[in-house]
Amino acid sequence: MRTFDIEQIRADFPILGREVNGKPLVYFDNGATTQKPKQVIDAITRYYADMNSNVHRGVHYLSQISTDAFEVTRRKVQAFIHAKHEHEIIITKGTTEAINIVASCYGRAFINAEDEIIISAMEHHSNIVPWQMLCDEKGCKLRVIPMNDRGELDIEAYKSLFSERTKLVSFTYVSNALGTVNPVKEMIDIAHEHSVPVLVDGAQAIQHVAIDVQAVDVDFFAFSGHKMYGPTGVGVLYGKEELLNKMPPYQGGGDMIKDVTFEKTTYNELPFKFEAGTPNIEAGICLGDAIDYIESIGLEAIKAYEDELLAYATSRLSEIDGIRFIGTAAHKSSVISFVVDGVHPYDIGVILDKLGVAVRTGHHCAQPVMNAFDIPGTVRVSLAMYNTKEEVDILREGLQRALRMLV
Amino acid sequence: MTINQIQDELIEDFSFYQDWMEKYEYIIQLGKEVPLIKEEYKKDDYIIKGCQSKVWLYPELRDGKVYFTADSDAIITKGLVSLMVKVLSGHTPQEIAQADLYFIDEIGLKEHLSPTRANGLLSMVKQMKLYAVALQMRD
Repeated sequence: MRTFDIEQIRADFPILGREVNGKPLVYFDNGATTQKPKQVIDAITRYYADMNSNVHRGVHYLSQISTDAFEVTRRKVQAFIHAKHEHEIIITKGTTEAINIVASCYGRAFINAEDEIIISAMEHHSNIVPWQMLCDEKGCKLRVIPMNDRGELDIEAYKSLFSERTKLVSFTYVSNALGTVNPVKEMIDIAHEHSVPVLVDGAQAIQHVAIDVQAVDVDFFAFSGHKMYGPTGVGVLYGKEELLNKMPPYQGGGDMIKDVTFEKTTYNELPFKFEAGTPNIEAGICLGDAIDYIESIGLEAIKAYEDELLAYATSRLSEIDGIRFIGTAAHKSSVISFVVDGVHPYDIGVILDKLGVAVRTGHHCAQPVMNAFDIPGTVRVSLAMYNTKEEVDILREGLQRALRMLV
Repeated sequence: MTINQIQDELIEDFSFYQDWMEKYEYIIQLGKEVPLIKEEYKKDDYIIKGCQSKVWLYPELRDGKVYFTADSDAIITKGLVSLMVKVLSGHTPQEIAQADLYFIDEIGLKEHLSPTRANGLLSMVKQMKLYAVALQMRD
């Protein structure tokens, strides 16, 4: 493992060297997607230059090496999140598809009319809408864990939501809009006391905190490759073997079958049962390179650096008149969401963009969170391992300049 | 003035501003001059969809000409809608429906015309033309 050398890390990300609107790029939209290191970019080129071929199909050499590389990623993911079996790692398009697989397959098989699903008040739309669709189809109901004005979930209220009819709990590890880190282990334990399985949306956690799915005993865990310095269009659904085996397949097609006749099809085993059709092979393979990259630096070191940067950014931004942070939980990770009284977040975003600073403005696909705080949206600054204190200073100056124009 | 004369005048106004910051300050200033929509019309019926900020736009036909009033909760967006109102308000439905809005490109706001832009300048243009066509048919 190499030491955490910020200059060396920045040099790994070619895009950080470019200008935007005549200014050096300052990229603070990492919650939406992270930039890619050259190790990942090179791996993508290498895949197409050296081994492009369909996986799990051919007897020929290229198909074998691409299949091997794809399966190496599965094992890397297994090791990265400490899963017991490699066939518990389902390669998906991303977090959204991973959650939809559980909603469709687990939901279709085990959730019925009048049953209840518990989610939280701080979910991304991806962890709300699939459940609502299931509720519309099956007549089940959503129960929502409330949060306080700091953006922390009310654990006592959560406990009181359980009933005989609770069939599943699904919540986010880290809130994309607020940065709150939820007490995952405690919440999973509470659900398990009621014998209810838990899905954790790890989209905003996987790149920031170490995860051990066996230690926290989570039943399903979902995340995306593109938010962890990897390619777009690939993600992971981890599920406990026992649950995945009980679930019907997601989509029908190639790769997910064992035998097909016009009378009957028998399905393939895990993990292929949930991987119908040709996957995004290049992204699947190069997700492994992203994991290698993260591990070459170490999540502990990344977390320590990002936590320090978060504290610094929070402190510098708090000096700005009229700023109000949305999401002030005791445990936060990498996200600062804020509004400035009397100024629309969109206006701030436009001016910052002109200064080369990329932030996200709006509701962040979490409209219920915005409604809870009674605001139209926020400006969100989301950090990655390559951001620096100097960039935070540029943001702060840019913000002050924007406010001079807008107030 | 015709729609094109107004466009040409705006192009000349904007040519004085080399710096993007001055340009945006001017847009913000224009926002303050927009004929404001009456509070009673600031409801969902008159919201333009496709904007990250809220934009309300109300058309009225008087003596064969369309007059727009508008507002937005974001001031840059308000400036953009103000520009559009300046150019299109006070013309016949036919003139509005057929207007070629070349000034947007000329004053360097083309980036705002992309369908994915959150301010929805494209949605504004579409909606204003739709209103014009609708009023023309009613007329």
